[in-house]
Amino acid sequence: MTPAQHAIDPRHLLEQMLLIRAYEEAIVAGSEAGKVPGTCTSVGQEAAAVGVVNALTADDLILTNHRSAGHLLARGANPGRLLAEVMGRSDGYCGGRSGSLHISAKELGVVLTSTIVGAELSLAPGVALSQTMLGRQGIVVCFFGDGAACEGSFHESLNLAALWNLPILYVCENNHWQAFVHRREAMSREHVSAFAQPYGIPSSTVDGNDVSAVLIAATAAAAQVRASRRPYLLETWTYRTRGHFEPDDQAYVDQAEREAWLARDPIAMCRDRLVAAGSLSEAAAAALAAKVADRIASALAFAEASPYPAPSALTENVYA
Amino acid sequence: MPAMTLYDAVGAALVEEMRHDPRVLVFGEGIATKRHDLVQEFGALRVRNTPLAEGIIAGTAVGAAGTGLRPVIDLLFAPFLCYAMDELVNSAGKLRYISGGQFSFPLVTLAMTGAGWGVGAQHNHNVEAWFVHSPGLKVVMPSNPADAKGLLKAAIRDDNPVMFFLDIGLLYQPGEVAAGEHVAPLGKAAVLREGGDVTLVSYGKTVHHCLQAAETLAAQGIAAEVIDLRSLKPLDEATILASVAKTGRLVVVHEANRLCGIGAEIAALVAEQAFARLKAPVVRLGGPDAPVAASYPLEQAFVPQAEAIAAAAERLCRPQHA
Repeated sequence: MTPAQHAIDPRHLLEQMLLIRAYEEAIVAGSEAGKVPGTCTSVGQEAAAVGVVNALTADDLILTNHRSAGHLLARGANPGRLLAEVMGRSDGYCGGRSGSLHISAKELGVVLTSTIVGAELSLAPGVALSQTMLGRQGIVVCFFGDGAACEGSFHESLNLAALWNLPILYVCENNHWQAFVHRREAMSREHVSAFAQPYGIPSSTVDGNDVSAVLIAATAAAAQVRASRRPYLLETWTYRTRGHFEPDDQAYVDQAEREAWLARDPIAMCRDRLVAAGSLSEAAAAALAAKVADRIASALAFAEASPYPAPSALTENVYA
Repeated sequence: MPAMTLYDAVGAALVEEMRHDPRVLVFGEGIATKRHDLVQEFGALRVRNTPLAEGIIAGTAVGAAGTGLRPVIDLLFAPFLCYAMDELVNSAGKLRYISGGQFSFPLVTLAMTGAGWGVGAQHNHNVEAWFVHSPGLKVVMPSNPADAKGLLKAAIRDDNPVMFFLDIGLLYQPGEVAAGEHVAPLGKAAVLREGGDVTLVSYGKTVHHCLQAAETLAAQGIAAEVIDLRSLKPLDEATILASVAKTGRLVVVHEANRLCGIGAEIAALVAEQAFARLKAPVVRLGGPDAPVAASYPLEQAFVPQAEAIAAAAERLCRPQHA
């Protein structure tokens, strides 16, 4: 069974997107209540994450960044362990040493997460080199944003991946925001996919708010990387509807642009389409939302009950 | 024992370790060109030239080390490490810790530095202390071909990222290297000369200046003990403290800038743990807070020389300090 066939039920994709949204809203609420540290959310970008991750196989390795909740949850991460990590607790994926910004989960194939913008791009060729030289079948998927595309590491990474024939699916989530700066103030081109062609790397741009379109595009792109053992760049055209880092009043945001993107909310678009097609009843949609809310409530309870690491463990795992 | 240069000792270590472990690979700026014998034996997949782009070389090595390979990278000159700081400091040094120990990074970074070729400040800058100050990294700088081979073999077998500095002035100096397997453990200093009056601690080329100074001092009736640190992290504190406990006098010597250099750390270590054994103040001899000039006399003036070391040690041994 190919990954696309496995994930073809769009209700599964909707449920994952709902879970990501509910998880991040719980963090925002916890942050406002002073119970959870602030974080970088991916609200509005759920389809871009879910569509790509569902196009992958279990052998594939994922590099992500500080906006990682979608990638991790779509990959099957336990929301309780994620929340525990965000809250600095022992049961987090990294034992509370990461917090929200650089969560790795090796058991899920989410490796070497760095919050330094562009670091995921500098690390990806080496991960792909391991896959190739150690005879592993899985490809490497590297999630980055339009901000990282303005780092030198992006261009160095593409050059080396093309030169060394490395099986990397570069996925740029072009969310229009580079921290507090709109991409048009910081990037010479509108589309990151345009930067791939000079390196001889095929690329395309897909509507990142349409989860089905992302799944189809990512499945095709991943298949091309698998077959060619060469890189490909997929740009998901999406929008960060919340601020850079919670809390953030977004006073710097063009509200008309934001409203236009909110009207294309990926979760509402997916749900409405399923309901209109008769694949999902209103009652079933409500049940799905309730199920997800229950999972997040349990996850939050789990995280809050998890102990903090002991201060005596401060210097564990500095050296191997 | 056969004699070989430090440059060839590095090559010998690479050959032995690549035979020893198929996960070891080398890449960097011209390494496949300069060490073509490695390409012939191990093939173009395990010995690769790279773009002159230190960030992606280091990042690729960190990514590979974190997922199963054991890369050795050549970034040529130590000042070029500035382009690779994020990858080495933020990724190699931190991703193990902040992932809760999910990954390890068996990775060796080679970089040359030091006086000898008149290459000037952007090719010669002894930056080794920067990496001592960065958690998760080990730092090595050998003073002779035998140690270069033995320490590099140990560094390649180590599961941590190791910064391996090569002293330009020593690169083509021959030295005896025992044939066959010899792994020099990281974090173990070598006592190269024993003496009871004053301890001279150094690493890299200034170890030889200390040995010359010890000869001068011996002619004056002063017995100097010379310690070659070999590894800057882990630092062999026990060997330093044992020597100072014996001599009561310490001169720390290095080519790197004195300000916040390794010598400052060693002086503080001795002040904290052996103050009562000191018969005289600790002296640090190091480079000035200045970039290195290309001009030969200025390049030499940057480096603590044997005469200055002997004079400093002799002053510590005068009766007013007894």
